[in-house]
Amino acid sequence: MKVKKIDLRKAGIWVQKGLAVTLLSLPAALILLPLLILLSGALMDSWELGGYLGSVFTEGEEWISWKWMPDYPSFENYKKLLFETPQFFVLFWNSIKLTGCILAGQLLAAVPAAWGFAMYPVKGSKWLFSLYVVLMLMPFQVTMLSSYLVLNQLSLLNTHGAIILPAMFSTFPVFIIYGGFRSIPPQMLEAARIDGAGEITILIRLGLPLGKGGLLSAMVLGFLEYWNLMEQPMAFLEEKALWPLSLYLPEITWGQAGFAFCASVITLVPAVFVFVLGQDYLEQGIIYAGLKE
Amino acid sequence: MLKKRKKFFCLFVLPGLAGIMVFVLVPFGDVVQRSFTGGVTGEFCGFENYRMIFQNQAFRMAVKNTFLFTLACLPLLVMVSLAAALLLNMLKHKGWLKAIYLLPLAMPTATIVLVWKMTFYRRGFFNMLLSRLGEWLGLWGQVSKDYLGSSSAFWVLVGTYLWKNMGYTVLLWLAGLSGIPTALLEAAKTDGAGKWQRLWYMILPNLKGSLYTIVVLSFLNSFKIYREAYLTAGAYPDESIYLLQHLFNNWFVNLELDKMAAAAVCTGGFLMVIMMVLQRLWDRNES
Repeated sequence: MKVKKIDLRKAGIWVQKGLAVTLLSLPAALILLPLLILLSGALMDSWELGGYLGSVFTEGEEWISWKWMPDYPSFENYKKLLFETPQFFVLFWNSIKLTGCILAGQLLAAVPAAWGFAMYPVKGSKWLFSLYVVLMLMPFQVTMLSSYLVLNQLSLLNTHGAIILPAMFSTFPVFIIYGGFRSIPPQMLEAARIDGAGEITILIRLGLPLGKGGLLSAMVLGFLEYWNLMEQPMAFLEEKALWPLSLYLPEITWGQAGFAFCASVITLVPAVFVFVLGQDYLEQGIIYAGLKE
Repeated sequence: MLKKRKKFFCLFVLPGLAGIMVFVLVPFGDVVQRSFTGGVTGEFCGFENYRMIFQNQAFRMAVKNTFLFTLACLPLLVMVSLAAALLLNMLKHKGWLKAIYLLPLAMPTATIVLVWKMTFYRRGFFNMLLSRLGEWLGLWGQVSKDYLGSSSAFWVLVGTYLWKNMGYTVLLWLAGLSGIPTALLEAAKTDGAGKWQRLWYMILPNLKGSLYTIVVLSFLNSFKIYREAYLTAGAYPDESIYLLQHLFNNWFVNLELDKMAAAAVCTGGFLMVIMMVLQRLWDRNES
């Protein structure tokens, strides 16, 4: 009798777990669908794609249709985009340059700041840190006019500097990296000091390796943010040759849908690459962002 | 030692702070000053600009929509992701699901616009599904609504927000859940507390700290929905999703800088007050 009872309970747990998995898989499928549509669309030739999307551009009456496996898989659009569209490369490199420079600049500005806040708390530093948090939460639109005024003064408008310099001093990475530094036990620093290490040496030799988690998570979060840059270049870069890839995609018209799919996939690749490599750090960063200062 | 500490604090923090001064704080002071001067004359005009924006139809509509959007999507996101986190916590191998939930964070906005158009236009996937369902149930006929061009755009945007931010929020909840000592829960279990009792009296009260962060971060992310709104519907979308961000952008394009200055001061000030209130509430909770 007893044995049977235990079995029932076990079965109940299995049923519960099964239900949980089903309930959770549904949104997961919804999340993956757009990705699958992009990947399959990028493999179709223009003719096949035109057939499916015909009613989208002509405002026709037939339903949209789709195939998860193209009838005639082809790399035609990739070829055209990569070998016959030089503008695409210009924009791709713009994106790489902007993201790379911003992240490098953030490292230079945010690491020392986070270290200062974490290791040398003085009177008023808490207050200053709250100011940083408020600044981090301000949406771009609120500071758009002030950024415009200063960039105009420094005659940086319509150059990449207009995007890179203000972003360098974003307070978000300070906040995340601070989370990593805070977990270093102070005794370790004391030991290093007794051994005669200078404060800057301590930051480089001890702080950087031990605070690696916070640092890398700030970089991963930063990459995803700046690879998707939109508002800033739209406001401060007039010349389209300076735009990043994230602004080029919307410029593609429906008639070139094949291009749009391929360009989307190519834009997606670096982001997903960083996402997969840095997923653990990404999680850590999100959790750091959630910790109280 | 204190003196030394001060010296090093300055050494490390000041360079970054100088940058923030140059690029954010000082120019924002300039904006505050501008908000009190006339756009054309450049003379002091008191609260004239503020009066102007509050009488402005577009500004009122944008404020209303931004409020409505935040009010609709914040509670939804918080609750849906809490439910997902509680379910996920029951499973042993949750790595894959977590990764999938996080994926939209990595998808650049521009890449999903195409798919959204295909899904939500008159003859798109969504209407197709609805029509088939209606046929099957025999309750309604063909649906051919243009979701992005009508007031339903609001709900498409709310859905997009959930889609994008759920993974992030689920992770934050999971972090909060892992902070609850399991010994405590086990003890309650042996004392005979049921599942729902444990959830209501032990798990939820312990998550209050996480709630604050989640609300703040989700609030911050709710402003970023502008990217999706702009790319799918342009600078002048359906009225239901004309947000403050659109308005700022359009003022900027039309060089209506005096209005922009006043609106920036109002919005910035409002956000700061909200942050301070939230922080105060949170601190009280902790003590």
